[in-house]
Amino acid sequence: MKKIIELRHVSKAFDGEGVLNDLNLDIFDQQFITLLGPSGCGKTTTLRLIGGFEKPDEGEIYFDGEKINDMPPYQRHINTVFQKYALFPHLNVFENVAFSLRLQKKSNIEIAARVKEMLELVALKGFERKNVTFLSGGQQQRVAIARALISHPKVLLLDEPLGALDLKLRKDMQNELKKIQKQTGITFIYVTHDQEEALCMSDVVVVMADGKIQQIGSPTDIYNEPKNAFVADFIGESNILDGVMESDLRVSFSGRTFTCVDKGFAPLEAVDVVVRPEDVDVVSQEEGMLTGVVTSVTFKGVHYEIIVDIGGFKWMIQTTDYVGVDEKIGLFIEPDAIHIMQKSEYSGKYGDYSSFSDELDELSDASAVEE
Amino acid sequence: MNKNKFLSGKVAAYPHVVWSVLFIVFPLIFVIYFAFTTPGGAFTLENIYALGDHKETFVLSVSLSLIATFFCFIVGYPLAYLLAQVEPKKQRILIMLLMLPMWTNLLIRTYSMMALMDDAGIINSLLKALNLGTVRMIGTKAAVVFGMAYDFFPYMVLPIFTSISKIDKRVIEAAADLGSNPLRVMTKVVLPLSASGIISGITMVFVPSISTFYISQKLGGGTFDLLGDAIERQFQNVNTYNVGAAISLVMMILVLTSLWVMNRFTDSEEREVRE
Repeated sequence: MKKIIELRHVSKAFDGEGVLNDLNLDIFDQQFITLLGPSGCGKTTTLRLIGGFEKPDEGEIYFDGEKINDMPPYQRHINTVFQKYALFPHLNVFENVAFSLRLQKKSNIEIAARVKEMLELVALKGFERKNVTFLSGGQQQRVAIARALISHPKVLLLDEPLGALDLKLRKDMQNELKKIQKQTGITFIYVTHDQEEALCMSDVVVVMADGKIQQIGSPTDIYNEPKNAFVADFIGESNILDGVMESDLRVSFSGRTFTCVDKGFAPLEAVDVVVRPEDVDVVSQEEGMLTGVVTSVTFKGVHYEIIVDIGGFKWMIQTTDYVGVDEKIGLFIEPDAIHIMQKSEYSGKYGDYSSFSDELDELSDASAVEE
Repeated sequence: MNKNKFLSGKVAAYPHVVWSVLFIVFPLIFVIYFAFTTPGGAFTLENIYALGDHKETFVLSVSLSLIATFFCFIVGYPLAYLLAQVEPKKQRILIMLLMLPMWTNLLIRTYSMMALMDDAGIINSLLKALNLGTVRMIGTKAAVVFGMAYDFFPYMVLPIFTSISKIDKRVIEAAADLGSNPLRVMTKVVLPLSASGIISGITMVFVPSISTFYISQKLGGGTFDLLGDAIERQFQNVNTYNVGAAISLVMMILVLTSLWVMNRFTDSEEREVRE
């Protein structure tokens, strides 16, 4: 595959505050790549650097092998779908979509044909004469996408484009965006803080935190083989425990030695151990590898989410069998459910559910939307 | 309860109604009455016919006001645009500086312009000292246009500044993103989106310019008449009240018509938005 965008040692600071720190990233042609991270991680800044709205303090940005650090946005073959759509309020749907073609002085016949084609692609046929300020959020979003795609850019940047839509519409638009990307073959660079969105749409996910890339990989890689405690916690739910590698394929944590599938660590190396809540089986106390007391149970529809106190560490476990609060249960963990990570600066910060509450989780999501 | 509220709402409007009747409706009725009567009080169209003598004054007034408005726009728009880009702290200082002259009385500002532009004024003394000869400024139409433009300049800049600051930065970025160079961003996005500010600015400069008499008297040196001067002179003599009233009636119709046309212009824009 061909590299279309390369970021080399890119750093950027605003008012002396570093936002990006020596960032290196290759983006390949026709990929759907997602920059994922909490607010303030530098993902939007990365996007704005690629779009040309900001210039890097250090480092180089290449487009198709050509350095584009100083190229203004209007000369780049890159278009953007902005977070709040940024449609032109003085133009109707047709003129918004036709904007870039009018600048290229295309004939009216060609413009009419291509606008029609685009509006069909985004399912807005018949909306040509409507004023954009009176469309719903989802419709405005579609106009923004059509407007950005009509000039056939090589790369489309999408800055949290679905952030303002309600859940149902968001799901529909996710499928549609994925479909449009496949259909047009345009490289999509997508920015979001929503890990579910990132996992279900992307070919490649770039997890970012504190202005640095934490991990690049396919959605399954990112989920199954998180590189550090930050990634494990940010993508899905994780119980992250302090462990020690006894030898290859043997790790001890929570006062017990388990068989695992990881090797290649130094003998007795301290590690972070990740166990996903859905990978733990609830069994009787006698059968359990670990035993603990259930401290809370939440019904989630497809499963129960229970918090279990095991030697002072609170685990989150998802189970379809009902267990009661204060019940003593055993846990059974398969070797391939145990994932070992090297210690990092994020060790010990994440993965303990002692202070967990759904409400807090939602609050932090809401603040991310504000970004 | 409801009735009380309704009543109290009406009562609260009384002072405004009284004010309007006393200071807007009555004077208007008087103007119309005088315009169509002889000094004796009989109905006549003589005063309207007499306006033919003031044709040149009308043309001159309208053209000087238009020129002044045009200069205000040419200088004011870029200034308003730059002001809108400046960081908020500097912006406040710059707007203060822009408004500062407005806190000085118009008469005093006009007098200081006389002091500057007089044949023996500051500018000419300076030119003489530099052996560059002297320039006659007072008494020229250019001086009057300059006076109008200078006096009413902030009224052009402020509404345009407000409308430009309201434009979403992302919309401007979107235009650049879609291939507009800076000039195209200006003509295709910034100008159309600040149209309402431009129209208020033009109105707020043109209307006081066309009715001013002080500026033309002082800076025009009494060599030519503008509408304001003509009206003022007619009203200084009891026998010519009626002609003065006719002139001001026509001027008022002129101004109202241009306001109406401009409002139609913005209205149609807004109606499009609503559709």
